[in-house]
Amino acid sequence: MADFEVPELKEYPVIPHIQEGTMAHSKPFVAKEQFQEPLGFPGELVDNWQQVAYDKMEELTGKYRSLAVFLDSCVKCGACTDKCHYYLGTSDPKNMPVARQDLFRKVYRRKFTFAGKYFPKLVGAVDLTKDVLDDWYSYFHQCSQCRRCSVFCPYGIDTAEISMAAREVMDSIGVGQKYCNEIIAKVYKIGNNLGLPQPALVDTLEGLEEDIEDDTGVKVRLPVDEKGADILVVTPSADFFAEPHVDGLMGYAKVFHEAGVSWTLSSHASEAANFGMFIGSYENMRKVSLRIREAALDLGVKRIIFGECGHAWRVAYSFLNTLAGPFDFLDPKYPVPMHIMEFTYDLIQRGALTLDKSANDDMVLTYHDSCNVARASRMGPKPGGQFILPREVIKASCNHFYDMPQDTIHEATYCCGGGGGLLTDDLMELRVKGALPRMEALKYVVEKHGVTHMAAICAICKSQFAKVMPYYGFQMDSIVSVHQLVSNAIVLGNKQ
Amino acid sequence: MSSIEANGKTYETDEEGYLADLNTWDKDVAVVMAQIDDCELTESHWEVINFLREYYEEYQIAPAVRVLTKAIGKKLGKDKGNSKYLYELFPYGPAKQACKYAGLPKPTGCV
Repeated sequence: MADFEVPELKEYPVIPHIQEGTMAHSKPFVAKEQFQEPLGFPGELVDNWQQVAYDKMEELTGKYRSLAVFLDSCVKCGACTDKCHYYLGTSDPKNMPVARQDLFRKVYRRKFTFAGKYFPKLVGAVDLTKDVLDDWYSYFHQCSQCRRCSVFCPYGIDTAEISMAAREVMDSIGVGQKYCNEIIAKVYKIGNNLGLPQPALVDTLEGLEEDIEDDTGVKVRLPVDEKGADILVVTPSADFFAEPHVDGLMGYAKVFHEAGVSWTLSSHASEAANFGMFIGSYENMRKVSLRIREAALDLGVKRIIFGECGHAWRVAYSFLNTLAGPFDFLDPKYPVPMHIMEFTYDLIQRGALTLDKSANDDMVLTYHDSCNVARASRMGPKPGGQFILPREVIKASCNHFYDMPQDTIHEATYCCGGGGGLLTDDLMELRVKGALPRMEALKYVVEKHGVTHMAAICAICKSQFAKVMPYYGFQMDSIVSVHQLVSNAIVLGNKQ
Repeated sequence: MSSIEANGKTYETDEEGYLADLNTWDKDVAVVMAQIDDCELTESHWEVINFLREYYEEYQIAPAVRVLTKAIGKKLGKDKGNSKYLYELFPYGPAKQACKYAGLPKPTGCV
């Protein structure tokens, strides 16, 4: 099945011995000119790339105080070394978070610290040579920016931010990653990561309306570009295209139907994802975000709700107001923005939904906390709401739910292995190996509690698991959307 | 630029083996692309490939998995209108593998 060795699922997690350079060959395709230029990056490696890179590093460490603090404050305590799923899955020591940071840090030291300028050998400082750049390209594309390591770092050093900066530096010299940059260019051109044009979106949604009616006998709408609707729903375009994502989308539609609210999707902002964050580009992140603002203003909505997408919720919850705000034209009675989970949870709390849990009796569920939701956002009014709300919605929709071991969930959750702009076929070995810790935790509850399905609220997690689970002996359809469970359980037309 | 040879003709592809120019597609190149993956194209494969091309012509995008399964179900019977059937035909995933043989660009994004 694979041209690499799939890690073995052990009875309990084991921290592997290091094997130097085992993943040095792993590199995603480099973006060609046509994918670089729409983002404002040079089409190929520029002549004076070294100097341009140093200038960019100076700009970024000057602009982002956090980045400079992260680069200056590591004391090499080692707390992070066994916390990265890519290290645990690949045994490559450069996938230890501290080693990954050091790829950047050693160049920073050489150029921007006294010791590194005059005594480089004493402090491990080096110039940005072609070999170092190659290492950057390889290993900064082996970080899914999940931030698990930062939870365990006594200084809170965030490797994700360093890896974003490294990608931004590489983009600025013309060495971009094809997967991310091609996708961002598509958002500018068509409005979403898939490149799904408006007529195809309309056709797809009409098909889903038919399916719901065939299935339930109730006409549930999935409106698009409807001016005057109260709620704009922004969701990952994978929700229109892939499985199990689409089952979640039908779940949102049924919830809105039961709530009796008017809502619409937008073909202009037909994407929640924002890959500008993955490549560390504030400008591109802002440009993608502004589409949501434009759509909200154009459609005249009062609220914005985000669908099941992990990093989109980080961008929305943590950055949207400064990126694309102020949102003073929205109804201040509601959170700006709101997560679909908050909307559904609220209805359940008020007894406004009838849920027949037995509709999901063919499944025993567990829940995978997606990294960007778990460690970079919140839901509802209370701390930890991002852990509570999805679980409460699942438990309200099914009879059988068991959590995976405590050190693999909540803020200690493991990445699916495909986040941060790595969900591409040219990184399949990395994706499979990086899923190891999550697969071990899943195996534990499968054996202990007979778990059959894992639910998630992130488009990347869902696609990644559907692809890599079969390597570990699980069925590809054992990953489900949380709103797919709601969709199965909801009894339509019951409440007035 | 990579390329594929079929019947004495050269077809330009991207790094992942998808045709660089949709208009250069013909049945010969589809057969050779499948051979590279150790896959022999049967009538059932062609049903899917032809539908993908028709849909693309109308909408400039590959159909969503659900749109595809529904269309195949309507054409070939309900027992075949599911992703299991499509995965049997295209084990690397109907969206990606079948698109490649049909000469369509690879679906991008979180899919």
